[in-house]
Amino acid sequence: MPFSWLVLIILAVAVVGYVLGRKRALASAGGDSRDLHSLPSYYGANVAMWAIVPTFALIVVWLLAQPIFVNSRVLDMLPDSAVAEGGSIGLVMSDVRRVADGLDQAVVQGAMTLEQAGAIQAEATDVRERLAEVGVALGSNVTPEVLGGAQRYRSLNATGSTAMSILALMIAFGGAGYAYIRSDRHFRARNVVEKGILALLMFAASVAILTTIGILFALLFNTIEFFKLYPATDFFFGTKWAPSFSGRGGASDLGVLPLLWGTFYISIIALLVAVPVGLFSAIYLSEYASPRVRGIAKPLIEILAGIPTIVYGLFALLTVGPLLVSMFGKDTVGWMSGGTAVMTAGLVMGIMLIPFVSSLSDDIINAVPQAMRDGSYGLGATQSETIRQVILPAALPGIVGAILLAASRAIGETMIVVLGAGAAARLSLNPFDAMTTITAKIVSQLTGDADFASPEALVAFALGMTLFVLTLGLNVFALYIVRKYREQYD
Amino acid sequence: MTDASMDNAAAPKSGLTVVDERTRKRNAAEKRFQYYGIAAISIGLLFLLFLFGSILRSGLPAFTQTVVDVEFALTQAQIDEAESKMLKTKAYENFFIAALSEQLEERGMDVAFDAKAIERIVGKTGGTIRSHFQANPSDVGSRVSFELAASSRVDGYMNGRITRDTLVDSRFLMLTDLDLVDALEDAGIIHGAFNWNFITGTDSGVDNPGGAGLGASVIGSFFMMLVVLFLSLPIGVAASIYLEEFAPKNRWTDLIEVNISNLAAVPSIVFGILGLAVFIQFAGLPQSAPLVGGLVLTLMTLPTIIISTRASLAAVPPSIRDAALGVGASKMQSVFHHVLPLAMPGILTGTIIGLAQALGETAPLLLIGMVGFVAREYPDGFLAGFTDANSAMPAQIYTWASRADPGFYEKAWGGIIILLLFLITMNTIAVILRRRFERRW
Repeated sequence: MPFSWLVLIILAVAVVGYVLGRKRALASAGGDSRDLHSLPSYYGANVAMWAIVPTFALIVVWLLAQPIFVNSRVLDMLPDSAVAEGGSIGLVMSDVRRVADGLDQAVVQGAMTLEQAGAIQAEATDVRERLAEVGVALGSNVTPEVLGGAQRYRSLNATGSTAMSILALMIAFGGAGYAYIRSDRHFRARNVVEKGILALLMFAASVAILTTIGILFALLFNTIEFFKLYPATDFFFGTKWAPSFSGRGGASDLGVLPLLWGTFYISIIALLVAVPVGLFSAIYLSEYASPRVRGIAKPLIEILAGIPTIVYGLFALLTVGPLLVSMFGKDTVGWMSGGTAVMTAGLVMGIMLIPFVSSLSDDIINAVPQAMRDGSYGLGATQSETIRQVILPAALPGIVGAILLAASRAIGETMIVVLGAGAAARLSLNPFDAMTTITAKIVSQLTGDADFASPEALVAFALGMTLFVLTLGLNVFALYIVRKYREQYD
Repeated sequence: MTDASMDNAAAPKSGLTVVDERTRKRNAAEKRFQYYGIAAISIGLLFLLFLFGSILRSGLPAFTQTVVDVEFALTQAQIDEAESKMLKTKAYENFFIAALSEQLEERGMDVAFDAKAIERIVGKTGGTIRSHFQANPSDVGSRVSFELAASSRVDGYMNGRITRDTLVDSRFLMLTDLDLVDALEDAGIIHGAFNWNFITGTDSGVDNPGGAGLGASVIGSFFMMLVVLFLSLPIGVAASIYLEEFAPKNRWTDLIEVNISNLAAVPSIVFGILGLAVFIQFAGLPQSAPLVGGLVLTLMTLPTIIISTRASLAAVPPSIRDAALGVGASKMQSVFHHVLPLAMPGILTGTIIGLAQALGETAPLLLIGMVGFVAREYPDGFLAGFTDANSAMPAQIYTWASRADPGFYEKAWGGIIILLLFLITMNTIAVILRRRFERRW
């Protein structure tokens, strides 16, 4: 039974259950809804809830568990000899999945009947050719082991889906029936339904935690895998980044230090642009500007924050890079050899961060109470003296927090550095050299046809972990500073 | 006495009306400080102006396509003759060249050109003409106007990307061909036309920047946004209601709140890693599918939506809740029947802004395989739109930006104009919603 049908049937059960449950409750009160404990619709909703919620919970769990179960069963039956020289069991499994998908595809398109697909023999027919006819391209010829695995995979999956459908329907009908029988006028339907809704709300709130757990597990497991293949000390203290690509052979140097240096160098340049400009804009807008100027300039500057980073990336690659080359390139002073450089990425990232710094600082400066300004003016200070000696010190923890948040943004920024900073990992002090960052290398190691079991691909997860820890640390530190040094004025 | 007072009046050292050295310094510092502020804002606005200027300057040419406009008629006899030859398309091409030179002569122009030059300017024309007459047999004998797209280098010459100084002779375009192009332009045969293919078309291969279009990836983005909308709005609103209205003050609630504010600051690329490891490797969902992209972007926008939804729920005054509870509503009823509808405009505004953010996000899409994929086709149907491999607008722009042929850069800028138009529309809707329905209590 197709999956969409199953969902439709369950929804239909819920709708019918709603109507019947409501009717039954009303009938038990003799048609007078005043005699019911709850409004009639709650009785219907109760039945619908019992039909849907447990069923979908089962389906979700089943869909997550089935692939794991099927994979392990198929892996068990594949002999060691099925793994080709230099290949891995993971590659064989992906072959198995592709053949299985291909056979399913062939059945759907009518090129084979279900029986033919089930009885196909690797010795007798050229499976690869048959599958190519229906548009499934396979990399190599299908060995009997792989075909056997694929057949097993298909039959297990088919059994699993059938079992899931039957179980799901049983639970849907059972739940609806149970709730239907309980629908009479003494039943506290509203309380039950509201408890159910509350549980759903709680579940939705927990999605945030599930996401964090997902991120942590994805990063941790793969990082541990990586450190099994590559020593952690070489990763953290290595000063050379030179991954070898699959096929070329040879050991890779995967030291994180050049990437960290590139990341910090670009972020520092970005902050050198963004902090003065952002801070002075915030001071002017909140202390000097008339409401009209503020009403125009503030949204205009905040437009910069709404522009997608791909736009900044392209701006760095195609506009700022060539511009800088024409200023510092070999025609003039010869500092810069190509358009992609630390300076290019840093400048553009600085522009991106201006509104970030300015609107955060603006809020913080506005939060300084007017009484402090008035006191300072009363002592004869000028406006700028008030700002420098009263307002800024009062707002300092918040401003430092804002700068730290901006730094965390800069470290995690991807598109600008992918397009604007270059690809060469090097430890250099020249800001006109091309360097690369953690984020850019995550992208380059994980895009393309990498073998996910190789250290060259797994290193991306270790880089991701480094990035995650760095940005999280900066955020927590920023919050800590703001909380610890915040002045309470009320 | 009088002397002394006269001395004082003649040379007062300080006073309310006279500015002394120190005051002048302080006033100068005050002025300087103000100028720093004005300079900072001007720098910010200049950057903005420069950014939009370069987007428009470099992107607008993507919306025009240079076409060669030739009108001519073929008789049935001519077609039969061409069909009888070995090189059929070559024969059609000769008809085209004959018509072209005839039209040039009509206008009194005398330029020498050969078939090779024509091929470099408009590509191989024979096939297009032949298939037109095969598809429309009724056109035989009447004058038909052909608008054939010029090659990307001619396009670049017409809109100034390539000049006579920068052009290097190659098999794509020779310097001498430009004389012919100039002549054709003077004759009005070659001219710019609006490039509909850029908006509705699909991506071309790496060697054909002229034929590249954004259409398929707009569809990809659309399906991603559908997923984001239908997952993040219900989940985000439900989570906010729980946290704002029901959650008891305990460790678990604190944990959730800290989590949400931290997730909002996690770099987007980390969400891409999550999508790759969990959705593609672990759950086995298809690569490059808008469904996976939508799921990743949902997780990314959830914190934004939750934060703005909580703010608008908190803005509904407690008296509304108290009044509902007072007439006998349950807590749940007071929230769903009264608080939520009153907070809805704020929630929708936050959702639209979250969606706009998700629409422009690129980095996570790189990891789940939406780049490098050449979106040559539209999805087959509505459901296939979620699972078929596709690209998305920002990913398509990135793909173009990283291709070797500079002809694609213009397309990338043009794609950015379309992307920004979508974002501006969404943000305008959000602003209008806020202005129209915002309530001050």
